[in-house]
Amino acid sequence: MAETLSLRHVSAGYGETVVLEDIDLVLAHGESLSVIGRNGVGKTTLLATVMGHTTLHRGEVTLGGASLERVPIFRRARRGLGWVPQEREIFPSLSVRENLTIGARPGHWTPERVFELFPNLAARLSSMGNQLSGGEQQMLSIARALLTNPSVLLMDEPTEGLAPVLVEALAAMLRRLRGEGALSIVLVEQNSRVALAFSSRTVVMDKGRIVYDGPSAALSADPDRLAALIGVA
Amino acid sequence: MTPAPVDWSEHPAAAAMARRHRLRAWEPIPWVAALAFYFLFPKYLGFGTELLITVLFAISLDLVLGYAGIVTLGQAAFFGAGAYTVGMLAKRGIWNEPITGLILAALVAAAVGLGSGLVLLRTQGLTLLMLTLCTMALLEEAANLAHDYTGGFDGLDSLPIAPLLGRFEFNPLYPTTQYLYVLAVLFVCFVFVRTLIYSPFGQSLTGIRENTLRMHAVGAPVRRRLVLCYALSAAIAGVAGGVWAQANAYVNLGTLGLDRAATVLIILVLGGYGRLYGAFVGAVAYMALSHFLSKIYPTAWQLGLGLLLVVIALFARNGILGIAEAAAHRLRTRATP
Repeated sequence: MAETLSLRHVSAGYGETVVLEDIDLVLAHGESLSVIGRNGVGKTTLLATVMGHTTLHRGEVTLGGASLERVPIFRRARRGLGWVPQEREIFPSLSVRENLTIGARPGHWTPERVFELFPNLAARLSSMGNQLSGGEQQMLSIARALLTNPSVLLMDEPTEGLAPVLVEALAAMLRRLRGEGALSIVLVEQNSRVALAFSSRTVVMDKGRIVYDGPSAALSADPDRLAALIGVA
Repeated sequence: MTPAPVDWSEHPAAAAMARRHRLRAWEPIPWVAALAFYFLFPKYLGFGTELLITVLFAISLDLVLGYAGIVTLGQAAFFGAGAYTVGMLAKRGIWNEPITGLILAALVAAAVGLGSGLVLLRTQGLTLLMLTLCTMALLEEAANLAHDYTGGFDGLDSLPIAPLLGRFEFNPLYPTTQYLYVLAVLFVCFVFVRTLIYSPFGQSLTGIRENTLRMHAVGAPVRRRLVLCYALSAAIAGVAGGVWAQANAYVNLGTLGLDRAATVLIILVLGGYGRLYGAFVGAVAYMALSHFLSKIYPTAWQLGLGLLLVVIALFARNGILGIAEAAAHRLRTRATP
């Protein structure tokens, strides 16, 4: 399968501080990938580096074979990177509809497709961004990123702060999303159960490095190894 | 198979949203009041003309400050650019037709806004605030030094402005033409700004104000949009300056001064920024208070105004309109069981 996103020997961080060290990661066209690890191991920084929010000290990030070096954030988004941030970052004084259309571009993802995935949003089009519940905000954040019609969707801990019942609902939606079109997805998740169920391939990070890159099933089947890798009992 | 595009307008919630952007029942009130003022207070039309120009100037500031979140202290630079464009062209006999004169004022002010915006909007916060102030000071000093063209400290007086539409004279003593002309200009500019802020471009400005990084991440060329907004706002400020020069047949360094820039900022904060009508409310409140306080306490009227501003800043950060909105919200909440 053709690669869509690749990071080769990437070291990056914030200013002089290096957070990611020697990251090698290739994502194929339409492939889904989960990234797990403890707090502070560099998962969010990995996504931020792809989006261009960090300082790239070494290595190269490419999208569809083209280097993203010196490419500003908005052009990365236009080239096909969609980002669902950890904090959701809904525009509070814009309506749901305005939040959705603000970055929409033509392509596979239309409002209708998005509403099939998130029917709640269709019913709340006229609500303002700050009137939504946490779960609805998360759905809106994902829907807004989808409507930019990305080729790679970067999701940063979408289940964070949600009630267990909402986590289950969102996990089901994410699994549906995985099968849609040729979208490649990188899911960063603290909830290893959700992450391992989401994709067939999982990356485990520790201290800014990738310490495991392989089948999710192998980790699901070996809880001791998983616990050793992510440092939990 | 790709599904057919959604027709948002058919969705009940979308229709509700569209209603939000439609003309509301109370929106004609300021315009009716402005027309009524013309008939009820013929002796105060000079004051009324100044008030309407101030509203227009405040609307230009609201576009950059209230909607795009660009903090500026240099909006008078564009007001002055428009005023001097009209003044110099008329004084030298090059162009004195009022309506096309305003278009030229808008173009010159927009060019100044575009040029300065391309440089200034690379910065933000305090640096941006200082740079906008410096730009205005530089223009003011340039106008002071270019005495042969601008009249320097004395300014340009007795501007020979041609009759409006070839028929209606601008009489400084009986400013009936000026009042109606400025009202018409304000209306056209207001409709333009209102359309702009409810357009996708306007929504993206709100997005930029609320979360710049997120707007980058959805693919919006943030800086380009800010510069465009800055230039459009400059054009409107230029129109305000141009119409001020035409109405007064006069232009001086005061059009480029910090006093004017600070006053319009105070007006907007007083009325409520980012609310479109805050400019109207703020200008009326500020100018009416100034007018009456200066009559009551000729020597210390600014003290009363200052105290009011302190109260507004402490207890009503969203200005007078914010107080009204909060009161209306409380009433609605109380009415709902």
